[in-house]
Amino acid sequence: MVAACVLGFLIVFVLVGPLIWRIDPNFIEPDTAKMFKLRNKPPSLAHPMGTDQLGRDMLARMMFGGRVSLAVGLVAMFVAIFIGTAVGVMAGFFRRLDGILMRLTDLFLALPLLPLLLVLMMLFRDPVARTLGPRFGTFLLIVLAIGVTSWMSASRVVRGEVLALKEREYVLAARSIGLPNRRIILRHILPNVLSPVLVAATLGIAGAIITESVLSFLGLGFPPDFPTWGRLLYDGIAEIRSYPERVIWPGLAISLTVLSVNYIGDGLRDALDPRIRGR
Amino acid sequence: MFNYFIRRLLAAVPTLLLISFVIFLVVDLAPGSPMSEIPLTVPPDVRQKMIEAMGADKPMLVRYVIWLLQFFVVETGWAIQNLTGWGVIDAITPAMQKVMRLLLNSETYEFTGQRIISWQSKVPVFQIIGERLPQTLTVVGTAYLIGVLIALPIGIYSAYRQYSWFDQGGTFFSMVGYSVPTFFTGNVLILIFAIRLGWFPTIYDTNLSVTDWASFKAFVRQMALPVTVLALFNAAEISRYTRSSVLENLGQDYVRTARAKGMGEGKVVLAHVLRNSLIPVVTIVALGVPTIFGGAIVTEQIFKINGIGAALIGAINVSDLPTVQTVTFIFAVLIVLFNLIADILYGILDPRIRYD
Repeated sequence: MVAACVLGFLIVFVLVGPLIWRIDPNFIEPDTAKMFKLRNKPPSLAHPMGTDQLGRDMLARMMFGGRVSLAVGLVAMFVAIFIGTAVGVMAGFFRRLDGILMRLTDLFLALPLLPLLLVLMMLFRDPVARTLGPRFGTFLLIVLAIGVTSWMSASRVVRGEVLALKEREYVLAARSIGLPNRRIILRHILPNVLSPVLVAATLGIAGAIITESVLSFLGLGFPPDFPTWGRLLYDGIAEIRSYPERVIWPGLAISLTVLSVNYIGDGLRDALDPRIRGR
Repeated sequence: MFNYFIRRLLAAVPTLLLISFVIFLVVDLAPGSPMSEIPLTVPPDVRQKMIEAMGADKPMLVRYVIWLLQFFVVETGWAIQNLTGWGVIDAITPAMQKVMRLLLNSETYEFTGQRIISWQSKVPVFQIIGERLPQTLTVVGTAYLIGVLIALPIGIYSAYRQYSWFDQGGTFFSMVGYSVPTFFTGNVLILIFAIRLGWFPTIYDTNLSVTDWASFKAFVRQMALPVTVLALFNAAEISRYTRSSVLENLGQDYVRTARAKGMGEGKVVLAHVLRNSLIPVVTIVALGVPTIFGGAIVTEQIFKINGIGAALIGAINVSDLPTVQTVTFIFAVLIVLFNLIADILYGILDPRIRYD
């Protein structure tokens, strides 16, 4: 419950916040003399979290960064869950595909994911950014890269569930009245694997947010004018001695988000899976 | 057991080949390869020579086979030669040349037994790895060991006193350790202990060699922060596994039997339950080893440790493809290897598991 409240507060902060706090996160004072005066301001009424080394308002940047971070987490999770569920259902339902799809899953599990993600970002970031624009291109690349490298656990869970569900009487009944496989999967199998998928999805959001911020932290994530919490933290580290709050705020935001999402995922698992209740 | 071991070992070969092919393909299909970044002012014939010198003029499959030969045969040969002093390289080079000529269907192809050379520093990649690996192993190894040593007692005690304040605290601690990213904990620790209090240095000094008491103290001080960060992160995960494994065993019949025959609680938990619950924990510990190498990439970046992760990041930043490919593939080899070790350990430790 506490976790849901914290997450709710963070979501309100990043979604509603910019409607109230109407400062452009990328606004740099065009007049150079004024800009220099605005740099590195401590927290004040005009700038509750101070300003950064270019005089941009930190509060506005935190809100904007949170939007991007959460969006990355959500979309990457959708990509991963989509692939994972598709692979899992196929492997569980069609025995012929099972072997090859599970080998594929094993192969992906044996890939060194973080180094591979870094390589992907290094090689594809600039070309993709050139064709699709630096913001949308990077977003798409990061989301796809994280999604493609994190679907394996979901597919394994789904496969296990489907293998068990497939033998149930109602699936047999559906098959005996001549329902095609596609309808059986959509009507009878998918709704019943929803709860493990939901748990995997929740934990997947947390993983995706962490992965994105790691990429940003290693300097291979979003460009500086399109900040995420990870990127803000990365930018803050250069001046951690003089302005530690620029590391603390984004780091705290990431940690609280991931912590509350993980707690919600755990709670969901306990609520949806009666077998492990009371552990 | 032995048959199973051999079978798994053989099955690992195609997996590794596939992984190496995937890595090679990803790097090769990328639109932004460094070959296209030679300045246009370079005359065409010089450009041609540069590309040939990098070996980038051949078809992709040929380069893949050459790279495989270099990785598995040439580098192994060099390792043996350096260890024993035998002239292995000269002995195997003609055979490799024959293989390459057969594959390419050409009589003129020269295979010189070239090692994998970094484009950035022009030294063999394995030499770079050999220089960097000790730093990573010291920090990561110590951190993992300490992490396991912290995690086991916490996991055991929180399972034994389930729902006590200790258990709640331990669960919260592991959740926090699992959720808070290491680059944040690392920087907070730097902020508190290195900048505000000044107890520890912020940067890891690789040149430091332990010769006397003073240098040993400096060594411990620079190890303290990175090891703490990694150990906390590892302990969080392992303690959760230990807890659930001990919990599962505490409900078993043999525990009741042991208590019924009047055995002391300490002996029941430490001698009977612990031995059985450590079986899955050992495999988790083995499976976690490659992941912490990946996690060490971040930690090395925070504390400026000159390890293998830093080598990878450095190579990525300058598009040094041979180094990137090789280091990434070594990570893959580690994962496959430790999966194998975990399976074998499980079979040895748990007599209920029969593989054949």
